[in-house]
Amino acid sequence: MIRVFLSVFSAISLYAVPVIILAILASGILRNVKIYEAFTEGASEGISTVIKILPQLVGILTAVGVFRASGALDFVIKLLTPAATLLGIPAEAMPLALLRPVSGSASLALVSDIIREYGPDSYAGRVVSTMMGSTETIFYTLAVYYGAVGIKNIRYTLAAALIADGVSVIASAWICALVFGR
Amino acid sequence: MEYIWAGLLAIGFVAGILSGRLEEVTKAAFDSAGRAVELSIGLLGIICLWSGLMKIMEKSGVINIIARMARPFLRILFPQLIGNDRAMGAIVMNLAANFMGLGNAATPLGIKAMQELQKVNTRKDTASDAMCMFLVLNTSAIQLIPATVIAIRSDAGSAAPAEITSCIWAASLCASIAGITAVNVFRRLGKVGQREIPGQGDRSLVPPGGTRDLSPCPGKLYHQPGRRVRGRPLSYGNGNAEKKKTG
Repeated sequence: MIRVFLSVFSAISLYAVPVIILAILASGILRNVKIYEAFTEGASEGISTVIKILPQLVGILTAVGVFRASGALDFVIKLLTPAATLLGIPAEAMPLALLRPVSGSASLALVSDIIREYGPDSYAGRVVSTMMGSTETIFYTLAVYYGAVGIKNIRYTLAAALIADGVSVIASAWICALVFGR
Repeated sequence: MEYIWAGLLAIGFVAGILSGRLEEVTKAAFDSAGRAVELSIGLLGIICLWSGLMKIMEKSGVINIIARMARPFLRILFPQLIGNDRAMGAIVMNLAANFMGLGNAATPLGIKAMQELQKVNTRKDTASDAMCMFLVLNTSAIQLIPATVIAIRSDAGSAAPAEITSCIWAASLCASIAGITAVNVFRRLGKVGQREIPGQGDRSLVPPGGTRDLSPCPGKLYHQPGRRVRGRPLSYGNGNAEKKKTG
């Protein structure tokens, strides 16, 4: 069942991008747009976008890298674990909960680790899988998107995104406990 | 951002000194900086590709059609953007790409959306309410098939690698609802002591419930490029329509 489902989905994702690009080209031709001219015009705008993002990414990723390597993140994890246990989040999943908003590739490695250690069909394995799928690398996303348009004052974006992330973490633990049991 | 950035760096270096891991910390700083450049270079090609394709969509008017289809849903979340087809179209494309798990396409489209939102932003160095809403939606968005997680699980020998999919949907949904609520609460809190700039008409300052009914004819007038809307100063949406006319 799942195999069929997955192969149907992988077929969809395989065709999605080519079909979208063809549809865009067709629409441009139908509406008499000079498509190649329009394309190069847009693409050259893309270059300046990336140049704007680069310094922001260097800033954020460096700060995050330093914070992680110094052991400060591990300390925060230890500090928060008792509170997390009260909320029903398994202690094994805590490192992921805190690493996830900060680094996507490191979280992926951590998820693989946890799953290998506790088994994919254990409670901890299911919780980290759910967490990984329902959360995002917030710091990276904000740095890229705000960096691209030069926003300095992000107001409440980080706070709101972290609230959503926290809810996602707690929900992952509760839903897995509800659906599969502990 | 100033404080968060300084805080992360300062805490990191101080903790590094205290724990005697200074060497690793310094190495991490240089490695991360290098990785940021690699990431940006990696983004360069796809961002150019999708920016180019978006340009074709803009010129052919497909963006307006997409925006019109999504309007009933998006006007609740982005009351400020009624009539701003380019911004709405880009937001829809980004959310759709996220939903399909097309990460490579999602980022350039999301940046495009941010650029459109920046055009109608009254304070260029400060995030608008629409931007905050868009990014919170983006970071809590639901993914149809969490392919990466399923791959890891199946690789580790799970009996049912995809069984967590519905849990991920449910958790994402909770996150989105919490995020939208948080944005709305913060928006209202931020209103206190903030004054509207005369003539700029920051409609995001109007309470969300009352906003929709304020526009004389929300659906029809604004999205027609080149058509002047009577009785309203240059504001969201119209500005774009005018630009399109001249450009």
